[in-house]
Amino acid sequence: MSSVSEHQQNTRDKVYSSLARRYRKERFFRALGLLSVLFGIACVAVLFTDIFSKGMGAFRQTWVKLEVVLDPAVLGIEAATPDALPAANVDAVVKKALQARFPEVTARKDRKDLNALLSSAAGDAVRQLLRDDPAALGQTHTLWVLADDRTDTYIKHFRGLDLAEDERILNDQQLQWIEQWVKSGELELRFNSGFFENGDSREPEQAGIRSALAGSALTLLVTLLLSFPIGVAAAVYLEEFAPKNRFTDFIEININNLAAVPSIIFGLLGLAVLIGLFGLPRSVPLVGGLVLTLMTLPTIIISSRAAIKSVPPSIREAALGIGASHMQMVTQHVIPLAMPGMLTGAIIGMARALGETAPLLMIGMVAFIVDVPRGITDAATVLPVQIFLWADSPERAFVERTSATIMVLLAFLLVMNALAVWLRNKLERRW
Amino acid sequence: MTAGVFFAVLLILALLAFVAGQKKALTQAASLGGVRYLDSLPFYYGMLAAITCAVPALLLGGLWTLAADAAVNALFVAGLPAAQRDLPAVELQILMNTIKNSASGHMDASAAVEILEAGARYRELAVKSNALAFSLLVALAVAGFALAWWRTTPVLQARVQVEKVCRGFLIACAMIAILTTLGIVVSVLFESIRFFRIVPPAEFLFGLEWSPQIAIRADQAGSSGAFGAVPLFTGTLLISLIAMLVAVPAGLMSAIFLSEYASFTVRRVMKPLLELLAGIPTVVYGFFAALTVAPIVRELGLELGLAVSSESALVAGLVMGVMIIPFISSLSDDVINAVPQAMRDGSYALGATQAETIIKVIIPAALPGIVGGVLLAVSRAIGETMIVVMAAGLAANLTANPFESVTTVTAQIATLLVGDQEFDSAKTLAAFALGLLLFVITLLFNVLALHIVKKYREQYE
Repeated sequence: MSSVSEHQQNTRDKVYSSLARRYRKERFFRALGLLSVLFGIACVAVLFTDIFSKGMGAFRQTWVKLEVVLDPAVLGIEAATPDALPAANVDAVVKKALQARFPEVTARKDRKDLNALLSSAAGDAVRQLLRDDPAALGQTHTLWVLADDRTDTYIKHFRGLDLAEDERILNDQQLQWIEQWVKSGELELRFNSGFFENGDSREPEQAGIRSALAGSALTLLVTLLLSFPIGVAAAVYLEEFAPKNRFTDFIEININNLAAVPSIIFGLLGLAVLIGLFGLPRSVPLVGGLVLTLMTLPTIIISSRAAIKSVPPSIREAALGIGASHMQMVTQHVIPLAMPGMLTGAIIGMARALGETAPLLMIGMVAFIVDVPRGITDAATVLPVQIFLWADSPERAFVERTSATIMVLLAFLLVMNALAVWLRNKLERRW
Repeated sequence: MTAGVFFAVLLILALLAFVAGQKKALTQAASLGGVRYLDSLPFYYGMLAAITCAVPALLLGGLWTLAADAAVNALFVAGLPAAQRDLPAVELQILMNTIKNSASGHMDASAAVEILEAGARYRELAVKSNALAFSLLVALAVAGFALAWWRTTPVLQARVQVEKVCRGFLIACAMIAILTTLGIVVSVLFESIRFFRIVPPAEFLFGLEWSPQIAIRADQAGSSGAFGAVPLFTGTLLISLIAMLVAVPAGLMSAIFLSEYASFTVRRVMKPLLELLAGIPTVVYGFFAALTVAPIVRELGLELGLAVSSESALVAGLVMGVMIIPFISSLSDDVINAVPQAMRDGSYALGATQAETIIKVIIPAALPGIVGGVLLAVSRAIGETMIVVMAAGLAANLTANPFESVTTVTAQIATLLVGDQEFDSAKTLAAFALGLLLFVITLLFNVLALHIVKKYREQYE
C-alpha cells in the first residue's frame, strides 16, 4: 500500500517540478508564433514604407521660369507655320533665354553647365507655344519649362545637405544658379501631371506611365473578356453536366496542375504557339491577354466551381420540379445565384494578371513604348514590365518613378481586392 | 477593320434571324390555335435561327484568319518571277518581309521600284482574298438564315437543339484546360528536341559550364557556347533552399499562432495583413530586393568582413522566402483547422499544455497536409522568375556560397528570350529545353503535393 502512495507521490512531484519548465516552454512557443506573424507584418510595413518614401517625390516636379524671346532670326523660320515649326531651332531660343537671365556666364563650359540644368523638353515647350499661337513669333513670352532630372533631384533630395562637390551630381556653380532661381521665385515644385500624361522616355523628367497604363488596361480587357466566360462555362460543365468518369478526372487534374505551373511557362507557350505558329505579332495586348487568359483560367474555374457548389440542391430540385430542363435550371437559377462568388474569383484572378510580368517578357512586351496604344494590336507595354524596365536605370529620378509606378500598381491591386471583399460580403448569400 | 465590319454584319443577320425565327414560330402556332402547340418556347426558335445563321460563319471565319496569311503568301510566291521564286528559303523570306513592309506602307518612296510594285501587288492580293472571304462568309450566314427559316415548324424541337449547342460550347471550354497543357508540352518538347539535336542531352544535364553566348568570331574569348545546366540547377536549389529556410518556419508558426492561439479579433486583423504579402506582384519584390535589401546585406557583410556580391543568392532567397510566407501559412492554416477538435480535447484531458498538444498531436496529425503545402511552395520557389532576374544575377557560378551571385533556370529562360532573337539558334532553343525541365520538375512536385493533400483531406472527412 505504502509503495503505491509513494509512487503517486513521486509522479505528482515529478509533474509539479516540471510545471515551471513546461509553462516556460509554452510561453516561448507562443511568443515564437506571435513573432512569426509580426515578422510577416513587419515585412509588409517595411516594404510599403520603403516604396512610399522612395516614390512620393515623383509626384512633384521642378519647373523653371524663362523669359523667351521668340526671335525669327534665332529660330531660323519666317512664319510659325506647321511646316516650318519642326525645323525651328527652338533650343537656341532656350539657350538665349538662359544667357539673358545669367549674363555673367560667358565661358563655353559654364554655359554648357547652365544649359544642362533644363530638360530637353524646354525646346518642345517653345515649339508648342508657337504652334498654339503663331502670332507670338517675334514677341517675348514668359514660359515655365521642365528642369532637368538632376536639377529636380537636387531640389527634392539634396538641397540643404552639405556635400562636397565631388559627391554631388551638380557643381558649385550650378547650385548657385539654382539658388538664384529659388530666391527670385523662378523655380517651383508642382504636381507632376506629366507622370500620368506622358509615355516612356529616355529622359527621366519626361517619362510617364500613360502608355503602360493604357497597355495594362487593354491587356486586362482581353483577359477579362476571354477568361471570365470561358472559366464560368468550364466550371458549369464540370460541376453540372460532366459524367463522373476518367476523362472528367483527367480534366480536373489538369486544371489543378495548371494552377501551379510557373507563369513563365505560359510565356513560352505564347511565344511558341501564338507568335511562332499562328504568326500573331509580338508585344501586343492581344497576345498578352491571351497568355494571361490561359494563366488565370484555372483560378477562375476553381473559384467558380466552389461558387456553384455552394448553391443548395433544394433550388435545383425546385427548378427541375416545376418543369425546367437541366440547362434552364443552370442558366436561370444556379448561375445567377453563384454569380457573386464567380465575380469575386474573377476579380482576384484579374488582380493576379495585372501584376504578372514574366510571361509578358517572353512575348516581347518589353519594348520601349512612347506612344499610347490605341488598340489591342498596337505594340504596348504594361505597368509591371515598365517597373522592370525602369528598375534597370541607375538615375535617382528613375528610381523615384519606378517606386511611384509601384504605388500606382499597388493602389489598383488594393482597389480590386477591396472590391472583391466588398462584393463577397455584400452579395454572397449563405444558405 | 474588315473584322469589325464582319462582326457587325453577322450580328445584324443573327438578330434578324432571331426575330424572324421567333415570328415564324408564333404565326404558325397561331394558325394551329396558340403558343401551346409549339414544341418549345418561342424564344428557342429565335435562338436556334440565330445560331444556325451566325455560328458556322464565325467558326469558318476564325479558321480563315489563322490560314489567311499563309494562303496569301503562297499565292503571291507562286506569282513571282521564276528567278525570285527559286531563291533559297532564307532569302525568299527576307524578300517577302521587304515586300510586306512596303505593302503596309512602312517603306518610304525611295525604295526600289520593283519592291514598291510588288508591295502594291501584294496588297491588292490581300485585299482581294479578304473581300472574297468576307463575301463567302456572309453568303454562308445568309444561307444559314434561310435554312433556319425553312426548318422552323411547330414540331421542331428547338429547345433540345439549342441546349445541345450550349452543351457543346461548355464542353469546348472545359477542354481548353487540356489543350493548354497539351500546348505547353508540345511547344516546349518540339523546340527541346531541336535543341538536343545540336547539344546532346547528357551534356545539357550533366555539363558543369553554362555560357550560352555563341562566338560570332572563332577567336572571340569566353564565348564557347557551353550548355551545361548543372550550375543553373544548383543555383535554383540554393535560392529555393534559402527561401524555404525563411518561409517554412515563419509560415508554419504564423499558421499555428493564428489558428490555435490568436483570439477571433486578432486573427481577423492579422490574417489579411499577412496575406497582403501574397498580393504584391513579384516584380515589386524584385525591385525591393535589388534596391533595398541587397545594399543592406552587402553593408552588413562588409561589417562582418564577408565578401557579399551585390547580386547574391542570399538576398534573392530571403525576399522570395518572405513572398512565400503567406502561401505556406494559409495552406497550413487549412490543414491545422481540419484536425478534429476531439484530438485536441483528448490531449488536454491528459494534462498536456497547449504547446505540447500542438507539437505532439496536431502537427503529426496535420503533417501530410503540411508537407503537401511545403512541396507546392517549393514548386513555386523554383518557378519564380522576377525576383531572381532582378536580384540574383546572371553569372552561372557553380557554388554553394550564399553570398555569391548565382543564376537560376527561370532567370536564364527570361534572359535568353528577351530582346531580339532568331528562332533557330541554340541559344533560343536552350530556353525551351530549360522550360521543359522546369515544367517537368514543377509538375512532379505539384502532382505529388496535390495527391498528398487530397489523401489527407479524405482521411479526416
